[in-house]
Amino acid sequence: MGDKTGVIIYINGPVIKADNMQDFRMREMVTVSDKKLIGEVISIDGSIGTIQVYEETSGLKVGQKVYGTGKPLSLKLGPGIIGNIFDGIERPLNYIYKKSGNFIGEGIGLASIDLSHIWKTDISVNIGDELKEGDVFGAVQETPLIKHYLMVPPGISGKVIFKVDNGNYNMEEVLVKLEKGNASFELKMYQEWPIRTPRPIKQRLPIQKPLITGQRVIDTFFPIAKGGTAAIPGGFGTGKTMTQHQIAKWSDADIIVYVGCGERGNEMTEVLEDFPKLIDPVSGLSLMNRTILIANTSNMPVAAREASIYTGVTIAEYFRDMGYNVAVMADSTSRWAEALREISGRLEEMPAEEGYPAYLPSRLAEFYERAGYVKTLCDKEASVTIIGAVSPAGGDFSEPVTQNTKRFVNVFLGLDRKLAYARHYPAINWLSSYSGYLTSLEEWYKDNVAEDMMELRGEMLSILQEESDLLEVVKLVGEDVLPDDQRLTLEIAKVIKIGYLQQNAFHKEDTYVPLNKQYEMLKIIDLLYKESKEAIKEGIPISKVKSPEIYEKVVKMKYTIPNEYKNEFDDLSNEIKSYFEGLMHTYDMNAYER
Amino acid sequence: MLMKGDNMIKEYTQLDKIEGPLIILSGVENVSYDEIVEIRTKSGVKHGKVVQLYKDKAIVQVFEPTSGLSVKDVSVKFTGNPLTISLSKDILGRVFNGIGEPIDGGGNVFGGVKRDVNGRPMNPVAREYPRNFIQTGISAIDCLTTLIRGQKLPVFSGNGLPHNELAAQIVKQAKISDEENGEFAIVFAAMGLKHDDAQFFLKSFEESGVLQRVVMFLNLADDPVVERIITPRCALTAAEYLAFEENMHILVIMTDMTSYCEALREISSAKEEVPGRKGYPGYLYSDLASLYERAGMMKTSKGSITQIPILTMPNDDITNPIPDLTGYITEGQIVLSRDIYQRNVYPPINILPSLSRLAKDGIGEGYTREDHPGLANQIFAAYSKVQEVKALSQVIGEDELSDIDKKYLQFGKAFEYEFLNQSFDENRSMEETLDLGWKVLSILPESELDRIDSKLIEKYYRRG
Repeated sequence: MGDKTGVIIYINGPVIKADNMQDFRMREMVTVSDKKLIGEVISIDGSIGTIQVYEETSGLKVGQKVYGTGKPLSLKLGPGIIGNIFDGIERPLNYIYKKSGNFIGEGIGLASIDLSHIWKTDISVNIGDELKEGDVFGAVQETPLIKHYLMVPPGISGKVIFKVDNGNYNMEEVLVKLEKGNASFELKMYQEWPIRTPRPIKQRLPIQKPLITGQRVIDTFFPIAKGGTAAIPGGFGTGKTMTQHQIAKWSDADIIVYVGCGERGNEMTEVLEDFPKLIDPVSGLSLMNRTILIANTSNMPVAAREASIYTGVTIAEYFRDMGYNVAVMADSTSRWAEALREISGRLEEMPAEEGYPAYLPSRLAEFYERAGYVKTLCDKEASVTIIGAVSPAGGDFSEPVTQNTKRFVNVFLGLDRKLAYARHYPAINWLSSYSGYLTSLEEWYKDNVAEDMMELRGEMLSILQEESDLLEVVKLVGEDVLPDDQRLTLEIAKVIKIGYLQQNAFHKEDTYVPLNKQYEMLKIIDLLYKESKEAIKEGIPISKVKSPEIYEKVVKMKYTIPNEYKNEFDDLSNEIKSYFEGLMHTYDMNAYER
Repeated sequence: MLMKGDNMIKEYTQLDKIEGPLIILSGVENVSYDEIVEIRTKSGVKHGKVVQLYKDKAIVQVFEPTSGLSVKDVSVKFTGNPLTISLSKDILGRVFNGIGEPIDGGGNVFGGVKRDVNGRPMNPVAREYPRNFIQTGISAIDCLTTLIRGQKLPVFSGNGLPHNELAAQIVKQAKISDEENGEFAIVFAAMGLKHDDAQFFLKSFEESGVLQRVVMFLNLADDPVVERIITPRCALTAAEYLAFEENMHILVIMTDMTSYCEALREISSAKEEVPGRKGYPGYLYSDLASLYERAGMMKTSKGSITQIPILTMPNDDITNPIPDLTGYITEGQIVLSRDIYQRNVYPPINILPSLSRLAKDGIGEGYTREDHPGLANQIFAAYSKVQEVKALSQVIGEDELSDIDKKYLQFGKAFEYEFLNQSFDENRSMEETLDLGWKVLSILPESELDRIDSKLIEKYYRRG
C-alpha cells in the first residue's frame, strides 16, 4: 500500500494539491517530500488530491512527491501517554526537543509514544480463554495513580492461543495471540486508532454524577456532569485559562487531557512546571500522574491545531474504555474553529457566517458528542467529559463559534468582562450562565451532600436575581432610599458574591473547596439572611442588623474555616443566632420602655 | 529531478502579470515555497518571496513597491533560501531598514551568523516560565500590571495618546534595576512610524544613554508598506540571537502593530483571499502569534525576550480585530484611556481593562512584597466601584451620595492624581509605589477592604 505516490502541483501555506492521487483515500495520512512532512488528504477530485500539511511548508517544491501510508491519521495508544506532552498529532515534544533543539523544526517524521520503553506487564488471561473486543488481557502500572489496562482492540476477538508470562516487555513485543477461524491476531501493548472516528462503546448511560471541581460557583450553581459537556466563553483577560486550569487541577476526574489549542506557549510551560508540584487532594500524589498535555501553541502549524482536539478526545476515549472518568479541557475551541476557517479559506470554499465554513456547526456537534457517560465494551461505567473554552471575537457572545457551541453543550459558564475588571474571579456571570444537568444531578446531591442543597442553591440564586433588578433602581436613585428589606437583599447578595462566588485560586484553602464545606457555607449565609430578615420585620433598622463584625466573619469564613473543619461552622452559626437574639432582646426592651 | 548545485539557478526575464505587490511568473522550475526572489530592474534590485505555487506558475510577493516594474526588462532569480539576515554582537547600536539592510552608513554586518527571519516556534518544553519582575518605576505598571522578564505585554493606545512617551520611559527606567545578571539591550522595530516619532525615540534613547545598546529596524510611514511584514520578523530574529545565543536581556519595542496589520490586509486583498472580520485575513491570529510568541525565556540560556508591542486602536475601539486578537495572544495588556488623559493625568492608564497575566507568579512574598497581590486586587475592586459611584452621582448628584460613596469618589480622585499620575522623569521604587497604594487606599474605611488579609491590613493600613 505504501508505494502510491502523488506529485505536488500547488502550494499555498498549509494546503497543497497533488496530481496522480486517484489511489489515495479520503482522510488518508500521507508524508510529503523527502522531508517526510505529515499531512492528511482532505479532498480528492479526479486525480487531484488536496492535502493539509501538519508542519511548516516552507521550502516545498512543485514536483516533489507525496507518499501514501494506507491508513487514516491515527494515534498509537498505549502506556507512556500519561504525564507526557505531545504536539497536535501525538508527537512527544520531548522527542522533538531532542531532535531539533529549542525551536521546533519540520521533518521530524512520525513519532509517538516510546515503543522501546520496557514496562512491567501483568497478563491476566489464559490459553483457551475467549476474548472479545474491548476485553482486558493485561495491565501495566503506568503511573502510581493509573493502572493502564491492555485491551483487545475494537473489531478483534478470538481464543487465546499464545501468551507471554508476566514480566518486563517493550511495546513491540507480541503479548497475546488470538485465533478466530483461520485468522489470527497478535496483540501488543499498544493499539492504533484513527483520530476522527469515535471509539466504540456498548451503550450510553444517562448522566448521574457531577464532576466535582471544588469551585463553588460551578459545583453549587452550575454543576458539570461526568460525561457532560461545558463551554466557557469569555473575552481575553476574563480568566478562561485560569478556570480551565483550576478544573484540571482539582476536579475529581481520574485522568485529565489538557489540549492547549492555539494558545500561549508560556501557559503550557506553566502547566509543565506547576502540575508536577501540585498534589491531588484525593490521592496525595503529584497531579502530573494523571495529566496528559496536547500542545499546539498559537505559533505552531495551523493544520495540526485542527487535529489537536481530535487527538485529545481520542486519547480520552481510550482511557475511558479502561473504565476511567476522563475530562478533556480544550483551550480554546475558537482557535480550532479559526484553523478550520483558515484552511477552508485556502481551499476557496464558500464561506458562511463571518468567513467560517458552513460545516462549522456539524463539526462542533461531532466533537462535543464524543463526550458521554457510557458502559464500555468491557462492561465498565466510565465517562468522557468535554470542557471547551471559547474565545469570542471582541468578547461578543453572538459570534458563530459561541452561538453554535451553545447549541451542543449543556453547561454554559459565561465569563463577564465587568466582573473580571473588578477582579471578581472566577468571573462567571451568575445570571447568564446555566447548567442543564440540575435535574439529572439533583438525586445525587440529595444522597451525597444534603437534602436541601439544591433548595439553598435556588434561594441564593433568586437573591442574586433580585439584587440585579434592585441595582437597576439603585443606579437611578441611590441605595439610601430603598426600604430596609430591599437593602438587606443587597447586603446579602454582597455576602454571596464576595464570600461565596469569589474564590481565590492562589489561597491554599480556598483554591479547592469540598462539597460539604460548600454546603455548610451556604447554610451559614442562609441563616444570616433569615435572621436578618426576621429582625428587619421586627422593625430593627438595617444599620443595626448589619453588624459589621458578624457580616465580616461570614464573608471571611472561606479563609478562616479550614477545609477539614470540625465545629467551626456550628460555632459561627451559634454566634449569629446569639447576636440576633441579643439584638431582638434589646429592641424589645427599648420598645417596652417606650 | 534533482538539483545539481547552485549553478543550476535560472533567471527568468518575463513576468505574466503585476498586480499591486504581487508578480506572477510562469514556466518556473524547481522553485520552493517561501523562498526569496531577487528581481533586477534597470533601477535596482527588489526582493520578494514566493507565496503560492501552481504547476509551473509562481506568485511572488514583492517587498518594495512594484511601481516602475514592467513585465519585460526584468531578471528574476530564485535564491533557493528563505529570507535571512546576518547577525553578530556588532548589530548593537546599528540602524537597519525594514528588511534588515543597514541604513546608517556603517556597512554590512560581517563575521556573524545568518538566521532565517521567519524563526521557528519555540518548543514549550524548552521554555522557562517567566517569574522575575522588571521594575519600570511607573506605579500603575509596577503595582497593578507588573511587567515580567520574558513577557509580551502590549500597550493598547489611541492616536494622540502618549504611548511613545510611556514606552520611552519604560526603556529609560527599566534598565536600572537590571544590573546584576546579564547584559541588557533594546531591539526597536518601527512599522509605519512617523518621522518625528522616530526622532523622538532616537532622542530619548540618546538622553537615557542606551543608544549603543539599541538595534533599530525602521520602516517609516512613507516607506514601502509591504516591507512592514518583514520588519518585526527581522527585529525578533535579532532579538532571539542576542537573547538566546549571546545571553542578553532584550526588550523589544514594536510600534505600530496597527500599521503592520493593515499592511497584511493590503497584501491579503491583493492576493484575493477570503476576508475575515473588517477585511483582515482569516490568518491574522496565527500571523500575529508568530510574532508575539517569540517572546520568552529558555532553559538553556540566561537571556530573555520581553516584548512591548504598541498598537493604536482604530477609533479607540478595543473590540477591533487588532487589539482583540492581540489580547488573546499576549500575556495581558496596558490600556491607555483618552478620558483619563484629558483629565491631565500621565500616564493615562485605565487600570480596569489592563492586566498582566504573569504578575500572579512574579509578585508577593519573595518577589516584591507580601502585601502586593492583595493590595493590587483591592485597588482594582475599589476603582471599579468608583466607576459605579461616578455613574450614580451623574444621575442623583454628588450631594445625594451616601457617605461611603463619597469616600469612594475621594479615593478615585486621589488614585488618579497621586498614584497614577507621575512625571515623565519620575522613577518610583517598588516600595514607594506600594506605600503610595496604601496611602490612597487608606482613604476608604477599613471595613471596605475585603480583598486583603486582615493581618496585612493591620500592618499597612494607615489610620486617622
